Amino acid sequence: MAAIPTTDGHHAAPNVLVTIWQNLRCSPSGSIGLLIVAAHLILAVISPWIVPHDPTAFDSQAILQAPSATYLFGTDHLGRDVFSRTLMGGQIALMVTMISIVISVAWGGLLGILLGLMGGWLDEAIMRLVDAIRAIPEMLFLLLIAGIVGTENGILILALGFLYGVEVIRIARSATLSVVAQDFVLAARARGESRRTIVLRELLPNVFDVLLVEGALRWSYMLLVFSALSFLGFGVTPPTPDWGVMIAQNRTTFGIAPWATFFPSCD
Amino acid sequence: MLYMIVRRFLWSLIVFTLVSVVVFTLVELLPGDAATAYLGRNATPERLALVRSELGLDRPAPERFVAWVGGILHGDLGTSLSQRQPVGDLVWGRLRNSLLIGLIAAVISIPLSLLLGVIAGLNRDRWPDSILSIISLISMSLPEFVIGTLLIFVFSLQFGLLPAVTIIDDTAPLNELLPYTILPVITLTLIICGYLLRIMRTSIIDALRSEHVQMAELKGLPALRVVLWHALPGALLPAVTASALVLAYMIGNLVVIEAVFNYPGLGTLALNAIQDRDLPLVQAIVLVLAGCYLLINLLADIITFMLNPRLRTLRAG
Repeated sequence: MAAIPTTDGHHAAPNVLVTIWQNLRCSPSGSIGLLIVAAHLILAVISPWIVPHDPTAFDSQAILQAPSATYLFGTDHLGRDVFSRTLMGGQIALMVTMISIVISVAWGGLLGILLGLMGGWLDEAIMRLVDAIRAIPEMLFLLLIAGIVGTENGILILALGFLYGVEVIRIARSATLSVVAQDFVLAARARGESRRTIVLRELLPNVFDVLLVEGALRWSYMLLVFSALSFLGFGVTPPTPDWGVMIAQNRTTFGIAPWATFFPSCD
Repeated sequence: MLYMIVRRFLWSLIVFTLVSVVVFTLVELLPGDAATAYLGRNATPERLALVRSELGLDRPAPERFVAWVGGILHGDLGTSLSQRQPVGDLVWGRLRNSLLIGLIAAVISIPLSLLLGVIAGLNRDRWPDSILSIISLISMSLPEFVIGTLLIFVFSLQFGLLPAVTIIDDTAPLNELLPYTILPVITLTLIICGYLLRIMRTSIIDALRSEHVQMAELKGLPALRVVLWHALPGALLPAVTASALVLAYMIGNLVVIEAVFNYPGLGTLALNAIQDRDLPLVQAIVLVLAGCYLLINLLADIITFMLNPRLRTLRAG
């Protein structure tokens, strides 16, 4: 999956998108991730226009109704339209994970590149710390933050952004290590360029495609993690529609109204 | 090789020590402490002071850290705030239950996915491969709680074959617990197989292309012998690393799977502890699970050392 770094430090940018596309298409998990993310994005963009009912409106006349022409996917225990809720259910998750991904790739990527360039005891010490954080079960970490600090979106974004940034450090560092020994970095060092310039102008363009692929893969994974978090009651706060929450709530009425659980699962 | 293993073991110990520092610091950094979390809305300054001195929270953080680690080394994980019991008693029983589903799932799914991966790899791009690919794609893209819920729907609600959720005590003997492990194990097996199968398929395809396997084929050895003796040993190496990865992933998502089935393992204990804001208990569970994670990675590395002849014959220095 690792991209082959271009030897030219300055002209990598125009074909970055092509490289990402090829990388993603070639790896199976990449194509799944791409598919999930694309489907979610399209859904999120078009759903406000196509939802037939208000996703949070109750209809006391139509509780736990089977799928019909009015309610395509039926209704849940409060008489809410499952179809509308399913369509709208990805919005929060998508927004939270998108911001988290940008945060994690930004700080993890920059720190990883810097560590790869510097090496030495600081690199060694921080990488051991990274190992230690990776050993902590991610779900428990997120639950702990959400349970003690709160389940506001801002907090979840910071927690996810921190946790996955730690993963990105490793990827960025190893991608940097494969570039850092090349002549153009040596040349930049010989020219007496500052460390900042080397990181931003020489190394970043060369590991950028790796970071983007990593970001896209992590994004689809993070969506699954976030929906699990909502499922456990620590993500999106009801009554805002969310797939994880919907599945958790409708499980109790599963025996009589399977549609309420089934359709949000199929996204 | 012994030198490498000892070295690797020491590294794990260092990382584990770091984990304890990280966990402790994390809980320190969270707003409030165990006393405020425990008292919640009933907190008055007097009560807070009382609980703090009872728990020893009035001492400085480094001192408490040393006391905590010292306790762990003596097998004392602290006292649970919500249950008023030693954390150790709570954790070990639950760990047994979690290990039960984890081990059964690993024992079934790892050989199964290796076998299926080899079948897919040998029938590359023909129908067995396509079917297995589709199954693994589905199991990889569905969240585990969806798979679990669907299984409950099919096996418990439609056919009434298996219990949907666990309704017995967490200290029940293993044989009574076994029926409740079936659905969690199937869920785990589906997830693990979906991932491992793909890795195994790729590595067996790579191995079949390698020169020594082609040589064996050209010598006219029987196909089965070529696969088992020449292709498989090389293909197993990436599978070992991948198995460790997927088992580690399983530890991380124990909470979700156990919550779906209300299974009395460490995951549900952690979830309850977080809901009750029982910080000493959460700390201990995180530490135990992180220890399992490091242990799995250590074992995988040792197995890799033993399987790889180049590493096996490596001398110290």
